[in-house]
Amino acid sequence: MLRRHFTRLAGAGALASAAPALLRPACAAEPLKVGFLYIGPVGDFGWSHQHDLARQAAAEHYGDKIKTTAVESVPEGPDCEKVMNDLAASGHKLIFATSFGYMNYVIAVARRHKDVFYEHATGYKRAANVSTYNIRFYQGRFVQGVIAGKLSKAGLAGYVGSVPVPEVVQGMNAFLLGMQSVNPQARLKFIMINGWYDPPKEGDAAKALIDQGCDIITQHTDSPAPLQAAAGRGIKAFGQATDMAKFAPNTQLTASVDVWTPYYIRRIGDVMAGTWKSTNTWGGFEAGMLKMAPFANMPPAVAALASETEADIASGKSRIFIGPIKDQGGTVKVPAGATMDDAALSSMQWLVEGVEGKLT
Amino acid sequence: MTTLLVAFLVSTIAAATPLLLAATGELVVEKTGVLNLGVEGMMLGGAIAGFAAAHGTGLASVGVLAALAAGVALSLLFAVICLTLQTNQTATGLALTIFGRGFSALLGAGYVGIPAPTLPKLHVPGLSDLPVLGPVLFGHDALVYLALALLAAVAWCIRWTHLGLVMRAVGDSHEAAHALGYPVVAIRYGAVAFGGALAGLAGAYMSLAYTPMWAQDMTAGRGWVAVALVTFSAWRPVWLLVGAWFFGALMYLSLYVQALGVAVPSALLSALPYVGTVVVLVLISRDARRIRLHRPAMLGRPFQVGG
Repeated sequence: MLRRHFTRLAGAGALASAAPALLRPACAAEPLKVGFLYIGPVGDFGWSHQHDLARQAAAEHYGDKIKTTAVESVPEGPDCEKVMNDLAASGHKLIFATSFGYMNYVIAVARRHKDVFYEHATGYKRAANVSTYNIRFYQGRFVQGVIAGKLSKAGLAGYVGSVPVPEVVQGMNAFLLGMQSVNPQARLKFIMINGWYDPPKEGDAAKALIDQGCDIITQHTDSPAPLQAAAGRGIKAFGQATDMAKFAPNTQLTASVDVWTPYYIRRIGDVMAGTWKSTNTWGGFEAGMLKMAPFANMPPAVAALASETEADIASGKSRIFIGPIKDQGGTVKVPAGATMDDAALSSMQWLVEGVEGKLT
Repeated sequence: MTTLLVAFLVSTIAAATPLLLAATGELVVEKTGVLNLGVEGMMLGGAIAGFAAAHGTGLASVGVLAALAAGVALSLLFAVICLTLQTNQTATGLALTIFGRGFSALLGAGYVGIPAPTLPKLHVPGLSDLPVLGPVLFGHDALVYLALALLAAVAWCIRWTHLGLVMRAVGDSHEAAHALGYPVVAIRYGAVAFGGALAGLAGAYMSLAYTPMWAQDMTAGRGWVAVALVTFSAWRPVWLLVGAWFFGALMYLSLYVQALGVAVPSALLSALPYVGTVVVLVLISRDARRIRLHRPAMLGRPFQVGG
């Protein structure tokens, strides 16, 4: 079932040049070869789609100074190690591995090819030639929450979740904190569908949440199904990873859009300049790595508040996880005045007061 | 409370429809003694063909017809390989599913992330506006009613008509049917094509009504559930209906219960519809004599003239 085709930009021979470098004439202007691994097809209209947009933007930015190779639908298993080995062997000097599950394989391949630089998205293991990078998705959730808090008549929103990993927990908590910042009584219900991409189930989950009184839906799964299911019931909702407005032109409020482009351009530039270093990047609005799709289907005052919230997060004026924050049991997890640090955020496994349902 | 009941019933009927369509088709196929495990693949073929045609023409109805045609085409592929070339039906059916999944993903690569026309919901003035009964009985799209009508027609045909008698004869003893002068292979071809058509419709329901979009592997195992329903209902249409509705109800309830905040692991709830349906159908059809009575004796056995 493994589908993997090679997209070659800038002419043929991206892989054909596996011949030893010695045989080739020395050429100062030889383009830098950059490889990309995607977990899904670039047409998933979500995660991999956004990474590929960034790859194209980088290719355009550097013109014939770089050559990019993208490999789609690479499973998170031994196959991805083979793909990365092939890319290294064929002269790629910088490889972006864009899924969490590639982590251990990236480390293994990086040990073997010390002259190749690796960039691993959403992971936490680094090495001298391995960097990690991620987006602060929870910032977008907070903005969504503010909008939901203003628009929800019931004060109850529904969250179609994937799996209860820290990224999703951060998302739910940030969303509800955003809601509570404008409506202290706000509550959140959630359903985990146990996967990232299962359209019928995602849609059914949205319906079940609506049936329990949720009058705003947001999703942490990759297809537009929850948005679409909500639209079918006349309920407003948020898109995920990419602007999904065309699936629900009259009900999508906004969407958190992943923007990998500035990071990719910067890191490719670092390799060309010889200044690449192993780093850990976790950027959000302030770094231009996350943006909100146009605010639509809401009163102008709410849209203005949402824009202001986005700007405040970007400037650092609004720090989402700032105390006092209580968990579901009423225990104070973040004391008044304190802010959660990145380490605590990265391992978040508790839900804030007002979220209904348990993490299991 | 009533709105909740309505939501529950509407969701159940919707979730059961693709299963009913595909299982009704498979029931006919198996009644003539052929086991086609390619339902999942044919559903996916129907889903992408239906979506592409609806997107291309802007008409959901054209999509439904294209899905039907795609299902028939894939099933005829199976028929030629199994019935004419006499390969093993189990292996060929599995191959058809694998082929359908891969091929639909390939064809569908360009259709991800774009909307297409949705099958319209029925609206009978007056009737559809009735409280409770309106949305539950008169608020669905055409395929929902077609699925029920087809099941009823198939049940009637198998039980009461000459054609049904011949089909059962072919399924229970192809040698005897052949000796009586019935064209065993031709009848099986017809049944397999009918099964393919219904699997295609089930796929169209997924990509044009249930979640109007194309996504790789969007049927998510429903083809297998349909095959299992046929077996576990012991080849009886009434229990097929019960099983499909029961599955749909559990599917909805497993999500609903989670949103209520009941502390049951979500992985366990996800498995509930599958486990629950099998358990219930095994319980209702555990009478071995009745299973023998309804099970086509030639199921999965190849037939060759003079063989």
